[in-house]
Amino acid sequence: MARIGVFICWCGENISRHVDVEKLAEQCAHLPGVRCCLTYKYMCSEPGQNLIREKIREERLNGMVVASCSPHMHLKTFRKAAEAEGLNPYLVEMANIREHCSWVHHDVKAATAKAADLIRMAVAKVRRNHALSPIRVPLTKRALVIGGGVAGIQAALDIADAGHEVVLVEREPSIGGKMAGLSETFPTLDCSQCILTPRMVEVGQHPNIRLYTYSDVEAVEGYVGNFSVTIRKRARYVDISKCTGCGACWNACPNKKTPSEFDFGMGKRSAIYVPFPQAVPARPVIDANACTMLTKGKCGLCAKKCAAGAINFKDQDELITEKVGAIVVATGYKLWDIGKEQENAKLAGYGEYGYGTYKDVINSLQFERLVSASGPTGGELRRPSDGAVPKTVVFISCVGSRDNAKGMSYCSKICCMYNAKHTMLYKHKVHDGQAHVFYMDIRAGGKNYDEFVRRAIEQDGAQYHRGRVSKITEENGKLIVRGVDTLAGEPVTIEADLVVLATAMRPADGVETLAQKLNVGYDEYGFLSESHPKLRPVETNAAGVFVCGACQGPKDIPESVAQASAAAGKVQVMFSREEITREPEIASIDERMCAACFTCVRACPYNAIERAEIRDRAGRLIKRTARVNPGLCMGCGTCVAVCPSKSAELEGFTEQQVYAMVESLG
Amino acid sequence: MSNESTNTPKHDAIEQMARELARDCYQCGKCSAGCPVGERMDVVPNRLIRLIQLGHMAKAAAAGAIWECVSCQTCTARCPQNVDCAAIMDALREFSVLRGTASPEQNRTVIFQRAFLDNIRRYGRLNEVELIGRFKTKAFLNDLSIPMLFKDALLGPQMIRRGKFHLRGEKVRDRDVVTRIFEKCNQ
Repeated sequence: MARIGVFICWCGENISRHVDVEKLAEQCAHLPGVRCCLTYKYMCSEPGQNLIREKIREERLNGMVVASCSPHMHLKTFRKAAEAEGLNPYLVEMANIREHCSWVHHDVKAATAKAADLIRMAVAKVRRNHALSPIRVPLTKRALVIGGGVAGIQAALDIADAGHEVVLVEREPSIGGKMAGLSETFPTLDCSQCILTPRMVEVGQHPNIRLYTYSDVEAVEGYVGNFSVTIRKRARYVDISKCTGCGACWNACPNKKTPSEFDFGMGKRSAIYVPFPQAVPARPVIDANACTMLTKGKCGLCAKKCAAGAINFKDQDELITEKVGAIVVATGYKLWDIGKEQENAKLAGYGEYGYGTYKDVINSLQFERLVSASGPTGGELRRPSDGAVPKTVVFISCVGSRDNAKGMSYCSKICCMYNAKHTMLYKHKVHDGQAHVFYMDIRAGGKNYDEFVRRAIEQDGAQYHRGRVSKITEENGKLIVRGVDTLAGEPVTIEADLVVLATAMRPADGVETLAQKLNVGYDEYGFLSESHPKLRPVETNAAGVFVCGACQGPKDIPESVAQASAAAGKVQVMFSREEITREPEIASIDERMCAACFTCVRACPYNAIERAEIRDRAGRLIKRTARVNPGLCMGCGTCVAVCPSKSAELEGFTEQQVYAMVESLG
Repeated sequence: MSNESTNTPKHDAIEQMARELARDCYQCGKCSAGCPVGERMDVVPNRLIRLIQLGHMAKAAAAGAIWECVSCQTCTARCPQNVDCAAIMDALREFSVLRGTASPEQNRTVIFQRAFLDNIRRYGRLNEVELIGRFKTKAFLNDLSIPMLFKDALLGPQMIRRGKFHLRGEKVRDRDVVTRIFEKCNQ
């Protein structure tokens, strides 16, 4: 016997202005199953909630409908109120008579009629609701952090410091990411390595962090709280448990001609190498493509010099499985390499800048290495072509950013700041030099940011030209930069010794493949999608997977670090409980009815449905069926829509309920 | 400004087209930076586009710059916003010719282009001798300038040597096709 209460909210004037609330209450009081119908000015307020609780008690209600705003706003509020009176929270329904009615209709009579319809439907639905209880899923309190740049380091340390084990996977031979290669950082000009390397060492020494460098995430299985991650530890050819990092091997290596990845090709390294002196772990790897022992079977000098016997030319890739409960993705960015062949023809249009053709046209990360104390020139700025000190340097913003025709339509956000920084670093190294910047807008929002840019212009004399550069040519060892100053309304030609292109920030290579393994969405540029741009900035739509840093969008160091701590905070909230509770409004498959066509398996956007077999005691196969994994199902209902045998059902939105709602309108 | 009484529906159509073409411009200036004649222009291309965006079509069309443009299309090719800057220049010239605001010297460009098109219409190929004859005659009638008649005569021998100037004109075989192209363009 249904005993349903209907509670109609005025929402101040929001609803009552266009819906005749009192008349509505009169009509709804006579609906089948309705015991009481009340209105109140603000149902979500404390007196409003008390009114509801009172009625639940007095009328011994076994279902209720709140006619007010969107369930996104206050469903939780009313369910909690019901729960406090012992009414199962899943017996509470909402009729949205604000967003769906009073805000969009202005004819009082028609709006009132529509509100009545919405309530009638909700009542029809709630009569067929079942009491549900949240699903409990076990939880492994270990986290995986993918990417060991500044964001990954921060997230890993925060989680580890909270007392949970962390598995940190880094693709390169050392952690540190892009930040380890920067010279100084804006807006304070403090040395990048000086502030990062202590954090790197902390990661290397932390008892709660298990570090896998030179490794990739191969496969991810399972679901929130219960992921099983396969990690491919690539062959390093050096046993890091024996190696002492003494350096005898890389000093002995005769092949020192390989362009250094860490220096973005500005310097050279040996075939066995540590990327930079402060690397963590400070253990070398052998580049299998450069080592003649591995390519031709000749040499082996490093092995002869190694006193610890750590070199193993027969090393193989290793697959390791780790169980974790949460995953933080911090795979970072790359600067777009506009010189190389592009993945599609649209992106191949920057021949006019001569990057890759003229040696003295470099990108900003290459410039960082040229002015870094740990860089290939020892911190003395010398241009790549002839080693001369450049007296005129042109910095170009927005190369490939904010370019709908041939590049990325977004703003890369950090270039304005690092261009200003570069002009300052340049002036501090070459006192008689002149820096020019071509820019479209100066975007320097942030604490002490605009002051920093003004300092570059006012104190360090950088010449800013508002306009783009059209073409760069080379004549007699000079780069002729043809640009414009739109404020003066004149073309500008500068004879430069070095040109630095601030190319667009793009997500790191391979992020799409990783996102597919994790079931995380990404945009047309490959940046990972957060769950909500404002209110859920580090969550993703895959439960238990979080994002931070530049893999989610262009951002600078402070923002990446803040986001990493936010993601770590979210992981800790998850780990503060013994198990995970999830909403019970999920799909189920009637296994007696299922025809095992597995259409649902293919349609499910969350990979939450698996193929199962029902066997008798002797192990004989009785039938095949689809089965929903309650840990993964997000309750979207796609399987219900596609199931040809009508054996999929969504709890809380059963077909019976939906038909009853439609029929109630008749 | 553009709604002055001299405007005809044709003016309005050109202006509307120009504004449509100019809509996406965000004033980065790459057009002006790469323009081979930018240094000779009184108003650089990005500023012409800005004038159009602001509705000052007549002011833009009065600029001498539109007659400096050599239609090399570098601006269009490099524009990050896919704005067809060369087409905007065409529109401005057409607008200016319709209003009759072009100076006799600027009109020479128009006379040249008409002579050029007339040539193509009749032969399908360029007949350089006839082109020069027609252009010089018409231009002389336009501004009665004698120096103009001979100012580039010395270029002739050089051009002949480099094979850029043919004394005997050629014709295409199927001239009906050419006629049809012109008919289609006139529609």
